[in-house]
Amino acid sequence: MLIRKSPDLRESDITPKQLYVNRRRFLGGSLAFATLAATARAGMKLTDLRKTSYNAGDEKVTPLEAITHYNNFYEFGTDKGDPAENAKDFRTQPWTLKVEGEVAKPKMFDYDDLFKIAPLEDRIYRHRCVEAWSIVVPWAGFPLAALLKQVEPTSKAKYVAFETDYDPKQMPRARWAGISFPYVEGLRLDEAMHPLTFLAVGLYGETLPNQDGAPIRLVVPWKYGFKSAKSLVKIRLVGKQPPTTWNMAASNEYGFYSNVNPKVDHPRWSQAKERRLGELFKRDTLMFNGYTEVAGLYAGMDLRKNY
Amino acid sequence: MVLFAVCLLPFLLLVLPLWQLFTTGYSPALTANPVEYITHDTGTWTIRFLLITLCITPLRKIFHEPKLTRYRRMLGLFAFFYVCLHFLTWFVLDKSFSFPDMWADVLKRRFITVGMLGFAMLIPLAVTSTAGWVRRLGFAKWQRLHRLIYFVALAGVIHYYWLVKSDVRLPLMYAAILAVLMFYRFYIWKQTPAKPAPAARSSAATTPNTASLPD
Repeated sequence: MLIRKSPDLRESDITPKQLYVNRRRFLGGSLAFATLAATARAGMKLTDLRKTSYNAGDEKVTPLEAITHYNNFYEFGTDKGDPAENAKDFRTQPWTLKVEGEVAKPKMFDYDDLFKIAPLEDRIYRHRCVEAWSIVVPWAGFPLAALLKQVEPTSKAKYVAFETDYDPKQMPRARWAGISFPYVEGLRLDEAMHPLTFLAVGLYGETLPNQDGAPIRLVVPWKYGFKSAKSLVKIRLVGKQPPTTWNMAASNEYGFYSNVNPKVDHPRWSQAKERRLGELFKRDTLMFNGYTEVAGLYAGMDLRKNY
Repeated sequence: MVLFAVCLLPFLLLVLPLWQLFTTGYSPALTANPVEYITHDTGTWTIRFLLITLCITPLRKIFHEPKLTRYRRMLGLFAFFYVCLHFLTWFVLDKSFSFPDMWADVLKRRFITVGMLGFAMLIPLAVTSTAGWVRRLGFAKWQRLHRLIYFVALAGVIHYYWLVKSDVRLPLMYAAILAVLMFYRFYIWKQTPAKPAPAARSSAATTPNTASLPD
């Protein structure tokens, strides 16, 4: 009843559907209320964010407008502006993230748990899409390693598989995307445990906008952006290399590793240069997107074969 | 003329937000990746104008309206206008004026190969679009040359289809429209009784008579 009568909220602020769906949840938590009242872009402020040394050097951070209106999230449409438009009503509450598989202590996290898995920190990462554009993103979250340590992978665990939420009712446009759903991705265990590998729950100090993978997503900055799966519902430790969606869609174009590599072209376009959003001319692409500290993970590997 | 202004509208819709882009650094109309958006948009309008141009003859025949032919040259030239913008955007802002980079792409990326072919074929059509050239070449030769437009449109559609990552709906839609337009011409050609001279037969099948040619 409070929502209807509140003088702060006008009819125009809330869609009737959201009102109906969230009225009971309002009693459950102020978080829901904030999500209800906020636009698709803004989120709830995250507090106690630790600063880190991950600041992408002197690079200019991409404006929020660009990060939230230029997205590849095919569940919500294949145009860059589609996710901002169509993910507005995507329900991130209630949420369940299952962490299971070859682990001693499988866990299940609900929405509020996601923000308490490990101390939240600010990290500014470069993000390089396979389409040869890039941005600089101020994420908030925690290292994936912190979560994996809690579930204690067994000796059988060699890879980590990720699964994005897929709800045909909320994602009617998915059927035209040309790829299969739910969207799946994977990392080798040592890649997953690397300090750089990040689980983001926030952007610009606030909870993730829906179009950027709310409420929790993977960020692997030295790989092409499609490896950084969004809106995670499952993290599974497995013994064999897991299937990944873009590899299933076009195995000659998208490999399991998909490390950013200016020397290995995509069959249909060069990866030597990239368009940093906001800049006029293209700039040179850096090996591992500039994160050369991961080179050791691939010592002795032919990265042209293992693209 | 009104049609001229309408054809110019897509161009204006790209150029006007550029002012906002240069002064404020961001224009929502052009998305966060304006170069990619402009490249894509000029390409889409090229295909659209090519297909619209190819509609003139069927519409003329179906509605018995020879006057429609007057607009065909302008529409075809607008297709050329947009393909030039499309090419220039790519060459300047993607290849940074580099001819070696450009040729590397043309030779290596098959969607660019076919796109360049389409562009190359459209150039002589644009050059010979005037009545003066019709006279210089003779109508029969001019008309045979301008049949290249079918291949230009085909090249455009294939270029688009090969470029897309996974959602092929739009390229397939343009391909379907092209198929319908070409099927109509084939149907008309089949219907036309055979004439003794090859030149006469081809001119009767698919083209307007010289009297209605634009000046």
